[in-house]
Amino acid sequence: MGMEQLVEKYFRPGRLPHIWCPGCGNGVITGAIVKAVDKQGLSKDEVALISGIGCSSRSSGYLDFNTANTLHGRALPIASGLKMANPALKVIVASGDGDCTAIGGNHLIHAARRNIDLTLVVYNNSIYGMTGGQYSPMTPKGSKATTAPYLTIEPSFNLLDLAKAAGATFCARATTFHVPLMVDVIAKGIAHKGFSIIECVSACPINFGRQNKAGTPAKMMEWQRDHGVMKAAWDKMDEEKKAEAIAAGKFPIGVLFETNDVQEYTEAYDEVIRRAQGGK
Amino acid sequence: MSRVLLLQGNQAVVEGAIAAGVKFYGGYPITPSTEIAEQLAARLPQVGGKFMQTEDEIAGLGAAIGASMGGKKAMTATSGPGFSLKQEMLGLACTAEIPVVLVDVQRVGPATGQPTSPAQGEVMMTRWGTHGDHWVIVVSPSSVPECFWLTIRAVNLAEKYRVPVIILMDEVIGHMREKIELPDDYSTVETVDRVRPTCKPEEYLAYGTTEDNMVPAMADYGSGYRWHVTGLIHDETGFPKGTPAGTVNALNRLHDKIYNNLADIVTFENYKMDDAEFAVLSFGGAARTAYEAVDMARAEGLKVGFFRPITIWPFPEKEVKELAGKVKGILVHELNYGQYVLEVERVVAGKCPVTLYGKYDNESATPQELLAEIKKAMGR
Repeated sequence: MGMEQLVEKYFRPGRLPHIWCPGCGNGVITGAIVKAVDKQGLSKDEVALISGIGCSSRSSGYLDFNTANTLHGRALPIASGLKMANPALKVIVASGDGDCTAIGGNHLIHAARRNIDLTLVVYNNSIYGMTGGQYSPMTPKGSKATTAPYLTIEPSFNLLDLAKAAGATFCARATTFHVPLMVDVIAKGIAHKGFSIIECVSACPINFGRQNKAGTPAKMMEWQRDHGVMKAAWDKMDEEKKAEAIAAGKFPIGVLFETNDVQEYTEAYDEVIRRAQGGK
Repeated sequence: MSRVLLLQGNQAVVEGAIAAGVKFYGGYPITPSTEIAEQLAARLPQVGGKFMQTEDEIAGLGAAIGASMGGKKAMTATSGPGFSLKQEMLGLACTAEIPVVLVDVQRVGPATGQPTSPAQGEVMMTRWGTHGDHWVIVVSPSSVPECFWLTIRAVNLAEKYRVPVIILMDEVIGHMREKIELPDDYSTVETVDRVRPTCKPEEYLAYGTTEDNMVPAMADYGSGYRWHVTGLIHDETGFPKGTPAGTVNALNRLHDKIYNNLADIVTFENYKMDDAEFAVLSFGGAARTAYEAVDMARAEGLKVGFFRPITIWPFPEKEVKELAGKVKGILVHELNYGQYVLEVERVVAGKCPVTLYGKYDNESATPQELLAEIKKAMGR
């Protein structure tokens, strides 16, 4: 299906145009979510899209699913309660890097630890865009931000390592340059039974790019092309090469971790109900 | 048929929740409300419900809101520090009109305060806690049986008006054990379910209302009626509306859906008020002292009565005005430095003297202490 038909099918009539700046990667990621849902053959009724607060979290208002634009950092607890109430729903969570890793960081590690069947799509543009360019926990150290006029001194998270250590059972990364890959890994994350996180590396040309002289939106996508390394190629590197690549700001993309050996939370709770009702 | 038990207030809340049809609890352990979580962890799965111990207080109410969006009757419980943390979520439930019940078993504050001692320091916080103009319903039980029946009522009011309902308790009411008679069969209990849409999904207006009914029908997520929840000010479509008129309309409806139905929402008790010349006004745990203090005053020939708001917010404005026209003075007794008395003074507006007996020393008053304050206020 072409993008025009996808917009027709999955976007709410009358809600566009969106609020995003020219060159923003949020539209690419939102498009990838829609394509992934379409690829999975899901009906709009069986999908919920819950977001927090920030530029990327506005995506929920544009999409014709069961949606909520909740509170800053709080999409995961609300999504968790919804999933518990109706485990048949495919619950996708859209969250920005600040929303997910700063104010919502505690919810992130615990949703991952529980292995509740949510698909968390992180729109990572390395900055607080809506408030005008303050640094987030995902801003690379040494970047300029409106709250770091003398460059950031804080190291950034490796988000997928963090999620994996906390218990996420599906961890993937893509960039807005690698769109077919992004669609593929989001679709796989939706299909995965358990907590999935997909880090979507994106560009904020206005509020990150301008301060950091990153160039045009096209230039920022070229940066993604040159720094995202497919997992197969990444795995072929020896440790020394990997260290060099990391030092150069490169990162692996693709499905980086997946296990089906951990019981999903709502299924585990079904056993609680059985035990409470006298079953084994 | 019924069974007679000896229960704590917190346990009675749990049974009330089960009887009311609550099917989800999200929450975090905190004294003196923890028994509610512990016992719902056992009781909910027995009735096919679900319990979730969340990573923090915020997530507890968040998960309850999410479960309510999914169509389940949902609740959480906490105490002072946790109640502070839940305020933002409470505002979301107000503006998005998500039915949910929040129990606040008060302890002494601020901050960590005195975790195992009673206080009523959150009276104003239940009314004004979250940012922005908002309206909630707050009920305050004074006995263990009332914890049961008022929890059912709180769930019913939340469903009927699509509003968060706070059950304001305190350490005394939460931990006190009393005799309670519970119905054997909870299906005999009168319960209310939110109105769900019956129109065609494509005709569903998520926040569409009529003049007669200001509470919009609410669809369960996943039921085929796709709609949008937002914490932004929104119009009848549920989508953000930033205009001045849109904001006024949205806020007015959130106010009016409650304040146009005060006769249904506001409940209270009059004790020995028929011939009373002086009234004690008290609620929740503090009210326990008042019954006996009034009896003692009566034994001394003083015509003292007792007015107990059960719904403390919205404030029983009409009733307190009437009271002020009838008695020569009102003594407000509450376990704080003086909060509810401010609202009483506002409504009485000088019609009769209003005196405060505020107690904030970790302990309830004794009937003797309250009697002495009554006499002082009466000039005896």
